Amino acid sequence: MVKNTAKAAKKGAISIKNVTKVYDPGGVNVMAVDNCSMEIAGGEVCMIVGPSGCGKTTLLNAIAGFHSITEGSIEVDGELLCGPTKPKAEQGADRMVVFQHGALFPWKTLQENVAYGPTVQKAMSSGEAMDKAGQMLAEAGLGSFIKKFPGEVSSGMARRAEIVRALINNPKVLLLDEPYRAMDALTKQIMHESLLETYDRTGVTIFFITHDLEEAIFLGDKVHIVTTRPCQLKKTVEVNIPRPRSYETQSSEEFRKLLDEVNEAVHEEAVKAFKAGERELA
Amino acid sequence: MDSTTVKASETSTTSAPQGFDMVMYRIKKHFTRVDPYLTIIGIFLWLFAYWVLCEGLKIWRFDKLPGPVAISKDWFSTTPFQGISIFTQEYYDHIVVSCRRILIAFGLATSLGVPLGLFMGWSRSIRDFVFPIIELLRPIPILAWVPLSILLLPGFEGPVIFLATLASFFVTTLNAMLGVDSIDEEYFRAAGCLGSSRWDVFVNVVVPGALPFIFTGLQISIGVAWFSLVAAEMVSGDLGLGYLIVDAYMNNVTVPMVIAMITLGFIGYFSSACVRAVGNKLMEWHVKELNQQGR
Ligand SMILES: Nc1ncnc2c1ncn2[C@@H]1O[C@H](COP(=O)(O)OP(=O)(O)O)[C@@H](O)[C@H]1O
Ligand SMILES: [Mg+2]
Repeated sequence: MVKNTAKAAKKGAISIKNVTKVYDPGGVNVMAVDNCSMEIAGGEVCMIVGPSGCGKTTLLNAIAGFHSITEGSIEVDGELLCGPTKPKAEQGADRMVVFQHGALFPWKTLQENVAYGPTVQKAMSSGEAMDKAGQMLAEAGLGSFIKKFPGEVSSGMARRAEIVRALINNPKVLLLDEPYRAMDALTKQIMHESLLETYDRTGVTIFFITHDLEEAIFLGDKVHIVTTRPCQLKKTVEVNIPRPRSYETQSSEEFRKLLDEVNEAVHEEAVKAFKAGERELA
Repeated sequence: MDSTTVKASETSTTSAPQGFDMVMYRIKKHFTRVDPYLTIIGIFLWLFAYWVLCEGLKIWRFDKLPGPVAISKDWFSTTPFQGISIFTQEYYDHIVVSCRRILIAFGLATSLGVPLGLFMGWSRSIRDFVFPIIELLRPIPILAWVPLSILLLPGFEGPVIFLATLASFFVTTLNAMLGVDSIDEEYFRAAGCLGSSRWDVFVNVVVPGALPFIFTGLQISIGVAWFSLVAAEMVSGDLGLGYLIVDAYMNNVTVPMVIAMITLGFIGYFSSACVRAVGNKLMEWHVKELNQQGR
């Protein structure tokens, strides 16, 4: 009970209420999200799993304010982001996005990239921002790469720097869209540990889209499995493995059980998605 | 565990050769490759063919042209037979005049074209306003502008610079605009997320993101500027390398004609190299990225 109130006090609770999103490319309606509701507590790591093309990115983009929603509403900490009167949320530094393909500015060094947010928000002078950026990159193990351009470092380092660029703004919510998708297993492992370490330190709310079920259970407090398009919440699996978690967790009995549970639900949706795809092509 | 892996990768990025050693290493590496020899052999083969045609065998029609021997004799002579050599003031007068015109024309075209192109890429309404007109004027061959420019502008200098500017302006504007179009949407989203104002986005995303295209455009545009400058000087000029070419031709002195042509080749090459060097300086990130990809 005490633990619960502590969690509720944390910032960055997202409440997604009956959200529907219909794309309208040239008069052909595509319903990407249909009446989808989700509650994400502040400081929670919430993993979204679902078949490809089901509308996960669409949901994330709506929270980030990249596009409008057709119906429903989204709130962060009780404040309305978007709803019936305001279909498109404003972009803001309280919700930071880490992009699927990585979006560090290639023309800025890692340090300049990280310092960019506080500088343009005028939260710090550019000198202060650069100092802070250098310090935070060093904490993330990138100390000797701060003067490098993103094109000169490995994808893993670039991704870590991108997360640092998000965190320097003290966001309430971190939105990650399959950030480790194209990485090999070893790099992924390092990324996971680094993200968990970051989470344990900052307690930021994490909204994380992934295909990788083991990743979902290893990182998440909750795994939300969504249906094939249009996207709806199908099932929520709670992961009660205590933190801090280490890589050995993955071989535990409990982990395997959860994996089976998630796998079953996702498989059902994947089969549906595949059949739907066949129907569309036929 | 994380920290140890990171430490290991940090220490491995050291001890590349520095300073003078690095320069020597580069030179050595350059000459142990095949390409510089191929280049040298290539140049000699061309010169030799030219000599055979004009001076060796004096093939029909080619005997009217000055060969490499005749040209270099005059070019490097203190008392050139046909009036133009590296020791005559007149030679440099023509070069200086042409270069000054190019500097003005290219400078004007760049300082107008780049901002205009960027704004056209950045703002839909500016594009709708300007783009159709530019697309309509762009296909008109630059020589078709000659009479109009002479009617419009007084003297020799005005029309010549106008023509070179115009040609180069179209190329620059279009490339700057396409440069903005080429920027990945996610950079705009990232900038928005990080709390940028519209102006921040312009300065930090639009301008640097379009630079690679802009400099590709500038390299083409300086070539186009030379092309139209020489054409304009040939039609209406009083000085300059283009004028030197027609003037020599009219007076039946063929050596200065060819000297002016070769000079144009060298200066043109040099000016593109300068543009490229400035580009590489401004786009360190781009150069490094390409190097990383092994290109
Ligand atoms: N801008 C758009 N216009 C039209 N349809 C779109 C657009 N973006 C996405 N879609 C469609 O919406 C569906 C969901 O896309 P998305 O949210 O990217 O899926 P996911 O991230 O789950 O793979 C897909 O079928 C996709 O084709
Ligand atoms: Mg997606």
